[in-house]
Amino acid sequence: MSEEIIRLHYDINDEDFSAAGEASSGVKKTLSALGVSPETVKKVAIAMYEAEINAVIHADGGEADIEITPEEIKVVISDRGPGIPDMEKAMEPGYSTATETVRELGFGAGMGLPNMKRYTDEMYIDTKLGEGTTVTLIVKI
Amino acid sequence: MTAREVAEKLNMTILTGSGDKEVTGFYTCDLLSWVISHANSGDMWVTVMNNLNILAVASLVDVSCVVIPEGIEAYENLLERAKEKDITLIATNRSAANVIIEASKLIGR
Ligand SMILES: Nc1ncnc2c1ncn2[C@@H]1O[C@H](COP(=O)(O)OP(=O)(O)O)[C@@H](O)[C@H]1O
Ligand SMILES: [Mg+2]
Repeated sequence: MSEEIIRLHYDINDEDFSAAGEASSGVKKTLSALGVSPETVKKVAIAMYEAEINAVIHADGGEADIEITPEEIKVVISDRGPGIPDMEKAMEPGYSTATETVRELGFGAGMGLPNMKRYTDEMYIDTKLGEGTTVTLIVKI
Repeated sequence: MTAREVAEKLNMTILTGSGDKEVTGFYTCDLLSWVISHANSGDMWVTVMNNLNILAVASLVDVSCVVIPEGIEAYENLLERAKEKDITLIATNRSAANVIIEASKLIGR
C-alpha cells in the first residue's frame, strides 16, 4: 500500500432503509482492492455496518468519513439524531430501543454497539442529547 | 459443491444469481447483527427475512447464497436488487432445519 492517506466520504441518507449498508459495502470493496487482509476487512465491515445501520434506524441518517493509512483504518460516522441518553445501558448486549417496524426488518438485536466494540481496536462515542452522535471506529492493520 | 448444485439436488428454486460460489458452511438466523458477526464467507445463509436489507449483509459476509425457506415469497424489489448485485437467492418449501440437514449431507460437512 502507498504511504499516502486515502480518504472516503459517504452520505448515509436512507429514508426507507433500502440502501442501508451500502457505505460499508463500498468501504469493504475499497479495502479489499487495496490488498488489506481479509480478517481486517471483515472487522471493519462488521463494525462500520453496525454504525451505519444505527445512523439510519436511530437517527434518520448521517455521514461516514473513512481514513485509510498504512497503520490503521479509521471510520467516523456522525448523525444529527436524538443522541444516546444512557451510554452504559446502550452498550449492554440485547438492549435496544428499536421500533417494531425496524425489528420486523431484522434490525434491533441490541448487538450493534457490542459488535463495534468487539471488532475494533479503539472505539469512541461522542453523543449529545438532541444534537447527535459521532462514533469513531479504529481498526489497526 | 456450488450453491447451484446444492439447489438442484434438493429441488430448490434459484431465483437470482449465478449460484457458482462454493458452499463451505451453513448459518441460519434472522437478526442481522448476529449474521454479520457470526456467519462466515461461503456459508449458505437460511433466513425467513425477505426484505432488501438481507442483501447488504449477504454481500458484506460474502455468503455463497441466501435460502428463503418455508415457501415464503421474495418481494419483487428484492429479486431485482439481488439480480443487480449478483447475489444468489434460492427459494424452497423446506424448513430451515431441513435445508441445512440435507445440504450438509450433500457437501459432507
Ligand atoms: N446513532 C444513535 N443515535 C441514537 N441512539 C442510538 C444510536 N446508536 C445507538 N443508539 C441507542 O443505543 C441502543 C443500542 O444500540 P445497538 O447496540 O446498536 O442496538 P440496536 O441498534 O439493535 O438497537 C439503540 O437501541 C439506541 O437506543
Ligand atoms: Mg444497532
